[in-house]
Amino acid sequence: MTDTDIYGVIPEGLWSQPAIDASAIAELDGVEPIQRVRLPASITYDYIPGLAPTRFLRGLAQKKILGERSAVLGDVYVPPRGMSPAEGLPTTEQVELPHKGSVASFCVVHIGFGTNAPPTPFCSALVLLDGASVSVYGPIQGIEHDKVRIGMRVEPVWVDDDQLAPSFESIKWWRPIDEPDVPAESLKGHM
Amino acid sequence: MADFQKAPRDVAIVSVTQDPHSRAVVERNEVELIQPIIQRALEQIGVQKGEIDFTCSGSSDYLAGQAFSFVMTLDAVGAWPPIAESHVEMDGAWALYEAWVKIQSGHADTALVYSYGKSSPGDLPLVLSRQLDPYYYQPLWPDAIAMAGLQARQMLDAGLITERRMAEIAYESREAARNNPNAQLQGSPSVDELLAADFVSDPLRRHDCAPISDGGVAVVLAAGDRARNWVDRPAWITGLDHRIDSHNFGARSLTSAPSAKLAAEKAGVGNDKIDVAELHAPFTHQHQLLVEALGLGDNVSINPSGGALAANPMMAAGLLRLGEVANRIMAGEVDRGVATATSGHLLQQNLVAVLEGA
Repeated sequence: MTDTDIYGVIPEGLWSQPAIDASAIAELDGVEPIQRVRLPASITYDYIPGLAPTRFLRGLAQKKILGERSAVLGDVYVPPRGMSPAEGLPTTEQVELPHKGSVASFCVVHIGFGTNAPPTPFCSALVLLDGASVSVYGPIQGIEHDKVRIGMRVEPVWVDDDQLAPSFESIKWWRPIDEPDVPAESLKGHM
Repeated sequence: MADFQKAPRDVAIVSVTQDPHSRAVVERNEVELIQPIIQRALEQIGVQKGEIDFTCSGSSDYLAGQAFSFVMTLDAVGAWPPIAESHVEMDGAWALYEAWVKIQSGHADTALVYSYGKSSPGDLPLVLSRQLDPYYYQPLWPDAIAMAGLQARQMLDAGLITERRMAEIAYESREAARNNPNAQLQGSPSVDELLAADFVSDPLRRHDCAPISDGGVAVVLAAGDRARNWVDRPAWITGLDHRIDSHNFGARSLTSAPSAKLAAEKAGVGNDKIDVAELHAPFTHQHQLLVEALGLGDNVSINPSGGALAANPMMAAGLLRLGEVANRIMAGEVDRGVATATSGHLLQQNLVAVLEGA
């Protein structure tokens, strides 16, 4: 099915702006409606990632994936936000995670939304890193999209070493590795 | 007051926590800022999170620069097993109001209320312009201090206040804050020195404006015997009301605060003697508007914490006023106090709470 076919099956009006009907207001009947006003506004923020996200982002610049473990339940959060949401307590231990994981879910995107969407079709996935309690999001490449499956083993593909930065973009995408799929039971709670 | 109606259930503030407020918390994000405050609010009265029936928070995405930023902050409360939770895009005083209604309606006996604001990531006077009418005023970017100047000018022109009195309010607030370890501004130059300074937006000088602050506050509410079991002397909320004036600041007189006056009547402020008042006035002239709206006499201790002029964490500074009064009641220092919180621009919305000891 091509992209054009997919647009054809979306009901008219669902993904587009309906025509404005002002006929019930006598003063506006027959008057060309104002359909849009442009009121540009922007505010610049100096974003503060926080302690735990800073540790994680700096790790990426060194090709490390740093999760954080919760004190009581032992869950490993990646990327960390500094808290164990189940406990309401700070995470207490940094954990360097292996560069291997399993696909917990995936989606083949045929219609990209927004100006930053990659060329379609592309495959995005949730990857549960070995030893982690939550999945990370990222694109999958290096395999035909109809071959991607839940439980598939993957590894990150990093940017060149001189391009490494404190950014999730230091991981370009994830690609399959030659290991047997993990059974769905091992992803329980993550799919 | 004929308008005052006693609420059916006795509900009290039983715990209040905050950290010292500062111009910029640069190392911690919002959840890292508020989590220790929430944890201490429960621990200091020996309460487990499972004993909290309802959680309600106040914050603003416009301050954080992120959509649904409050959802990330929920990581601080340990929402597992699932909890009953809500959020207001307002000062935490309104989150407390929602929790109070929840308890009054019998759907909860206890509640955790918290709010926080980091104003440091954005340009606060411009961020605040985003709460104005989107078609007429937002495109003009009137900053918050320039708008407050319009109100101060009307008051000065009408002879309702003087620049010296405004400077005195700034001086008194920040001198009082010397006794508040959490205040951002402690101590003040003399009134004459303040009056010799340049204007920020004439007629407002820097001392007339609240500082820009990062910070948060957490409060625990409990009904009846739950409150009595947790603390010796709960700060009972005997009156609570909030009212709103027109969003169109060109359509109302700026030289009075009718919503604060009405809320004070509904909350029963005048029913008995007031020992202490904590007023949420981000500008010196607004302090006087609130004193008049509440009808406070000379014998009332006003803003012993220093008020918002000493620390003004957005979304928390109103709830902090309730917390400061509650702390004085719980400590046995006073018997009856009033706190106000404001939201919107130029004292547009006001909440009034009356708190009493046993």
